Amino acid sequence: MGLMGFEVEIERAQNGGGVVTEDMTLNMGPQHPSTHGVLRFIVRADGEVMKSAIPDVGYLHRSIEKIAEKVGWHGFIPYTDRVDYVAAMFCNHGWALAAEKLAGIEIPKRAEYCRVIADELCRLHSHLLSVGTMAMDIGAFTPFTHAIREREYLNDLFEELCGARLTFHYMRIGGVGWDLPPGWTEKVLVFLDRFEAMIEEYNRLISYNKIFVARLANVAVVSAAEAIDYNLVGPNLRGSGVRYDVRRDDPYSIYPELDFEIPVGRGEMGTLGDSFDRYIVRMDEMKQSCRILRQAIRQIPKGPVMAKVARNFKPPAGDTYVRLESARGDMGWYVVSDGTAFPYRCKIRTGSFTGISIIEHVSHDLMIADLVAVIASLDLVAPEIDR
Amino acid sequence: MGCDAAQIHARLVERFGDAIGAPTGQGRDTALAVAPERIAEVARFLRDDSDLAFDCLSNLSGVDYPKLGCIQVVYHLFSYRYRHWIVLKANAQRDDPVVPTVSGIWSHADWQEREVFDLLGVRFPGHPDLRRLLMPEDWPGHPLRKDFVEPEEYHGISTSRESLLKA
Repeated sequence: MGLMGFEVEIERAQNGGGVVTEDMTLNMGPQHPSTHGVLRFIVRADGEVMKSAIPDVGYLHRSIEKIAEKVGWHGFIPYTDRVDYVAAMFCNHGWALAAEKLAGIEIPKRAEYCRVIADELCRLHSHLLSVGTMAMDIGAFTPFTHAIREREYLNDLFEELCGARLTFHYMRIGGVGWDLPPGWTEKVLVFLDRFEAMIEEYNRLISYNKIFVARLANVAVVSAAEAIDYNLVGPNLRGSGVRYDVRRDDPYSIYPELDFEIPVGRGEMGTLGDSFDRYIVRMDEMKQSCRILRQAIRQIPKGPVMAKVARNFKPPAGDTYVRLESARGDMGWYVVSDGTAFPYRCKIRTGSFTGISIIEHVSHDLMIADLVAVIASLDLVAPEIDR
Repeated sequence: MGCDAAQIHARLVERFGDAIGAPTGQGRDTALAVAPERIAEVARFLRDDSDLAFDCLSNLSGVDYPKLGCIQVVYHLFSYRYRHWIVLKANAQRDDPVVPTVSGIWSHADWQEREVFDLLGVRFPGHPDLRRLLMPEDWPGHPLRKDFVEPEEYHGISTSRESLLKA
C-alpha cells in the first residue's frame, strides 16, 4: 500500500506536478500518556504541522447523570466524586449546593468553613497535578516528581480528614460528613509554610525555564472573546485576561468573608491568552489558595457541622442551576426535582467539557508536538468531559 | 447596567410577541418558555442587543418529560458584560423533537447540542456536525430518555452480571 502510494507520487512529480504532498491522518489515543485519561484525537497533518485535531470523547462515559436518577439524593454523593476524580471535593460541593438550594437548607457556619478549607486544599491538589504533568508532557520529568511529592502531603491530609485520598465523599447535603480532626489545622499550617516556599522553588525550576517558555509562549492563543464564546472557564478564561471568578463575582459559601486576589494572564512571555498564561495563572492561584486557607483556619468558628436534613430527603419540585469555582473553573449543576426521593434530572457542565471543545478551533497550524502542550494547558481531565 | 428577568421578558415580548411565554421560577432560575422553532432568532437577539449582550451560553441541557409529551431544551445564558442571567426553555415534541441550532450564535453550543442529540435524541437542524458525542455510534436509543431500556448486551458483551453475593 505504502509503496504504491509512493510510486504514484513519483509519477506525479515526474509529470511536472512538482513535489506532491498528501495530508496524513494520525490517530492519537485513546491510550496515550499525555491525554490525561482515555481520550482520542484524530489529527490531520501536513508533515509536522497540524491542519486540525478533532477530539473523540466518550471512552470514560459512565452515565453518571443517569445514575443520579436512580440512586436518590444522598446516595449520589459518592458518584459525584467520580465526575472529576482529580478534584472530587468540588463535585461533592456542587451537588450539595444544588440540593440545598432546592430544599432551602441553611448549613452551619462551621460546615461552610470546613467546605472551603477542603475545597482550597483540593484546588492545590488538582493544580499540582496539572502543572506537574504539564512539565512532564513537554519533556521535563523532574518537576513532575516535585509536584507529586507535595501532592502526597495533601493526600495524607485528606486521608486524615475523610479517610480517602482521592474520592473523598466528604460533603453531605446539609454540611460535611465529619468535623476537622483534632490537631489537623496545625498540620495544614505546617504544610502551607513548606508549600509556599515550594511554589517559588518550582518557579525557579521550571516556570521561567527557557525551553519550557519556548514550548508554551504564543502557542494556542485564545482571545478573551473566543474564550467567552466557547464558554471557557476558570484558569483557561482568566489566562485570556478575563478577570472573572465565581468565588468573587457570584459568591457562594463564605467566600465574601475572605480576602484574595484573582490572577489573570498578562501575556508576559508572548501573547495574552497563550498556553503559558493559562499555566502561570494556575501557579498564581495556588498562592491565593494558601492565603485563603490561612484566613479560613484563623476564622473558623466553633459549632455543629451538619444541619438537620431528613434521611428521606425530598426537595420540593422545581429546578435550579448552581455554579461553583472548581479547580477547572465555573462548574454548573442543573438539577431538576419532581418532589420525590430521586432526582429527576442532573446535568453537570464541567470545565474540561468546555475546554476540549475549543481544541479543534485552536489546533490549526500548530505543530503535532504542541498538541500535548495545549491539552495540558487547558487542564483537560477526561472523566470530567465524559461523566 | 444589568437587567432583571422582568425587563428581559418585556424586551422579548415586545420583539417576539406570543413566541415568549410568561416567566416561571424565581430569582436566578427565572425561566422564559420560547416557541422551539423561534429559539435561534431569540438567541441571536439576546446576544446582539446592546442592552442584553448575552455573550455566553453557560449551559445547554435537555430534560425528558414523557407526561407532558415533550423534551425540554434548557438554555442558561449569562452576560459577562452586564453580569445578568436568563433561562430559556424550549419544549420540543417528544415523538419528533426538533429545535434549531444555536451553534452559530455561541460556539459552545456545538458540543452541548451534540450531547443532547446523543443522550436525548433531539435534532438540531443547521448544526454543522450532529454526531453522537459520548455513546458509541451504533448505540440503540437515547439513554437519558425516561423510557430508555438498557440493552442486555452490546456486541456480545453482557451489560449485567450475576451478583457475587448470591448464595
